[in-house]
Amino acid sequence: MLMVLSDFLILGAVLFGLSVAGIFINRKNVIILLMAIELMLLAVNMNFIAFSYFLGDISGQVFVFFILTVAAAEAAIGLAILVVLFRNRQTINVDDLDGLKG
Amino acid sequence: MENVYLAIVLAPLLGAILAGLFGKVIGRAGAHWVTILGVATSFVLSLVVFNHIVINGAETFNGPVYTWMVADGIDMQIGFLVDKLTTLMLLVVTFVSLMVHIYTIGYMSDDPGYQRFFSYIALFTFSMLMLVMSNNFLQLFFGWEAVGLVSYLLIGFWYKRPSAIFANLKAFLVNRVGDFGFLLGIAAIVMFFNTLDYAEVFAAAPSMADASIEVFAGTQWSAMTVICILLFIGAMGKSAQVPLHVWLPDSMEGPTPISALIHAATMVTAGIFMVARMSPLFELSETALSFVLVIGSITALFMGFLGLVQNDIKRVVAYSTLSQLGYMTVALGASAYAAGIFHLMTHAFFKALLFLAAGSVIIAMHHDQDMRNMGGLRKYMPITWITSLIGSLALIGTPFFAGFYSKDTIIEAVHHSQLPGAGIAYWAVLLGVFVTALYSFRMYFMVFHGKPRMDDHTREHLHEPPWVVTVPLILLAIPSVLAGYLIDPVVFGNYFDGVIHVLPGHDVIGEMAAHFHGPIAFVGHALGGPAVYLAAAGVFTAWYIYMKNPAIADQAARRFSHVYKTLVNKYYADDFNQTVFAGGARGAGWTLWKLGDVLLIDGLLVNGSAKVVGWLSGIVRQLQTGYLYTYAFSMIIGLLLLLSWFIWFAPAT
Repeated sequence: MLMVLSDFLILGAVLFGLSVAGIFINRKNVIILLMAIELMLLAVNMNFIAFSYFLGDISGQVFVFFILTVAAAEAAIGLAILVVLFRNRQTINVDDLDGLKG
Repeated sequence: MENVYLAIVLAPLLGAILAGLFGKVIGRAGAHWVTILGVATSFVLSLVVFNHIVINGAETFNGPVYTWMVADGIDMQIGFLVDKLTTLMLLVVTFVSLMVHIYTIGYMSDDPGYQRFFSYIALFTFSMLMLVMSNNFLQLFFGWEAVGLVSYLLIGFWYKRPSAIFANLKAFLVNRVGDFGFLLGIAAIVMFFNTLDYAEVFAAAPSMADASIEVFAGTQWSAMTVICILLFIGAMGKSAQVPLHVWLPDSMEGPTPISALIHAATMVTAGIFMVARMSPLFELSETALSFVLVIGSITALFMGFLGLVQNDIKRVVAYSTLSQLGYMTVALGASAYAAGIFHLMTHAFFKALLFLAAGSVIIAMHHDQDMRNMGGLRKYMPITWITSLIGSLALIGTPFFAGFYSKDTIIEAVHHSQLPGAGIAYWAVLLGVFVTALYSFRMYFMVFHGKPRMDDHTREHLHEPPWVVTVPLILLAIPSVLAGYLIDPVVFGNYFDGVIHVLPGHDVIGEMAAHFHGPIAFVGHALGGPAVYLAAAGVFTAWYIYMKNPAIADQAARRFSHVYKTLVNKYYADDFNQTVFAGGARGAGWTLWKLGDVLLIDGLLVNGSAKVVGWLSGIVRQLQTGYLYTYAFSMIIGLLLLLSWFIWFAPAT
């Protein structure tokens, strides 16, 4: 069976949708939220690679490396914030974090 | 002569300023000296002017003194027009004012506001002189308002009395109504003639006789009629004609000298003077003349009736003034301007006399004004008695007294008039003669004859007031008797030639002049008419009711209780005004306050907008959950919408 571009794009979209749903539906844990964000980035990476491969342009894969790096850094910072957050609030439950409420 | 004219006006003003602003420094005597000197200067100079203009026959002076401003080609000036009409008014005003000034020394001697009072009456003299000497409508209006202001100040002179405050507010408000019409009239004149100067307006008036004005859409009214009626509405306010008469009886709250000076002799005649001055305009509109005639006759008769039931001595004289002002207005309406002015002059003398005599009685009665407490004063106050008698005889039109000539001329003039309404007016003024005689002698008999009805304490202290009171009485009694003989030059002679214009068709005075053969013959002629007998009947009735058989008055009051009640309540005019206008204004104010302020502005606009913002933000706040996923969701949705929009509506390139 021959893989075509749209297969990869659908996979990317499914991953993206999953991550979005993860962000919205998740009411419990901030860590899951961070994971959903990582997944979202991976969905984007999947699109990059797919386009790069099928269009024969290598620069798309270069971007993926950057994104991975940034995602790693972001995850590290996110987890660090999470630790501090827990120290201050004694919770990482998403429903408790409503400091922006008007 | 220009300096003389200026000095006539400015001398009383100077006195007023000195007495008003430096009253403490110059003291009580100083205050009356400076003001009396000021007014005396004016009087003497008025005599000089009289000599210059009337006796030497100098040209009418008409010139500007000072240009206040020029706007859109209209000069706004202070200027003097000194002709024979002005001269006559100058003499009357300054003479009566001088008498009143002297009299005031006696009447107000115990009053703490002595200096203030002198300052006001001198200021009044200044204002009135500005009014009569004006040569343009602006200055006329200035004088008009200034006399109104001083009248307001003087009615409320005893400002601690609530009734005085009520009365002066009433006078001011009722006059505002008239002044509004007057101002509109002046505006209409500026609109049609584009100038404020009398001479220019009068010169252009005949060419405007057929002009019309569209006050309401679809109506074409004669411009002259509109102008004249508007001006006359001003005169109705100032000269207290029905229905704007309500302020004058109440103005008796002021001190008596003021009632004499302002509310009898001079200020209230400003309207009469104005209409006579505007004769070239009024002549062009028969409608306006008829209106004047009818209003005047209603005032003359119906205000006289009210005098019959009053018990306050000053109020009787006040209603008599109203009635006499009605006579003058009738004369104006019948185009007998000269007769109106003549009656103005004689009336100024005898009415000032009657008021001052009433004041003299009031002094003697320790400021009790109720005639039911008087009686028999003849023995105690001979000078007041005899001068009052002269004043009353002059008022009712006894032959050979001043009032006879002026009033009979008016009645005769109305009889000759062909204007619509002249028939009613004739009967009104004729019946008015009887009424006048009745209330005048009712007052006279109640005050000076019969049994003394005051308490013993008052009776023991009854005496003639000091000479400052009696001398003005005597000096006013003289012209009250003699002024009538001026009828020959003033009314039937050529005194007002070139000043008062009467169209040939309206010239009732001219018709009468053909039959006029001197003052003595005039009496003979009058004896052939009903007026004299009516006056005699009035006197006799008064004598019979109040001297011979006093029970009749009470019986009549009981039998005709409805009529009596109506009269005592002054035809319910006050109640009507109080309910309809004052109540209406209050009601409208209340409604506007409730609807406009509370509901619309406060409720809807101010609090309403705040509430809407609060309500909206309450809804919008629900979106601010504070949860991260909500924001993220909205971002996604927003992104989705933007992208969809971009894909669907992006320009195809």
